[in-house]
Amino acid sequence: MTSLRSFRPFRVAEPVYLTADVIDLGALLAQVQSPRYGGIASFLGSVRDHQDGRSVLRLEYSAYDPMAEAECGRIVREAQSQWDCVIALKHRTGTLQIGDVAVAIVAASAHRDEAFAACRYVIEEVKRRVPIWKREVFVDGTVEWVGAGTAGQQSGGAVEQAISEHGAD
Amino acid sequence: MTAVASTVTVRVLLFASYAELLGSDALELVLESPARVSDALARLRAFPGGARLPAKPLCALNLTQVEPDTLLGAGDELAILPPLSGG
Repeated sequence: MTSLRSFRPFRVAEPVYLTADVIDLGALLAQVQSPRYGGIASFLGSVRDHQDGRSVLRLEYSAYDPMAEAECGRIVREAQSQWDCVIALKHRTGTLQIGDVAVAIVAASAHRDEAFAACRYVIEEVKRRVPIWKREVFVDGTVEWVGAGTAGQQSGGAVEQAISEHGAD
Repeated sequence: MTAVASTVTVRVLLFASYAELLGSDALELVLESPARVSDALARLRAFPGGARLPAKPLCALNLTQVEPDTLLGAGDELAILPPLSGG
């Protein structure tokens, strides 16, 4: 066996899209505001207190950090090339309590149509493609990985992947 | 006297439910060259708990999603990704 030291695993030089801290919506807004843009749309996904009739206590998010950063960057660039817009995006990791914001997107464009469309695109692609996982901790003490129950049927490829409807929808 | 088969060593990362299945979030595999993603998966299935991995889990090689027939290179980082649930 070769020593693990022979590997240089990927590291995130400076996280842009993931954060362990509370998301500062004002900072995201400031990031995209411009005299050019008259339409600014935002989406916040926050932690809900229930799932399938069960009471949720908190969510625990983990990520494959370097790939999540890369994928978020790709999604933002795609949106910015498809619409004349600027996107700010942040996703939380770690333990989140009910009501905490897990993901925030702000899209600024000249007009509202583009801003809404770009904002919608980014949240849908984030949920579909970014390697982030959440674990539900229920009030009754049970703990479950979201989506893990369908792992047996998973056919591979993010496109076919069943997207959990829990958490920050 | 048979020639010593060349090998390829890759780092495997496991996340979320898969890390719990295998009881580890990072390990290395030494595979006979040439080796594909599917060979690494077959090896993982022989580990305790590994039999419960799905037939075709989502895989990323050096941060990019790949298919099971993708060839592995020395020092590659292969990540086995459970169903995504961000947002």
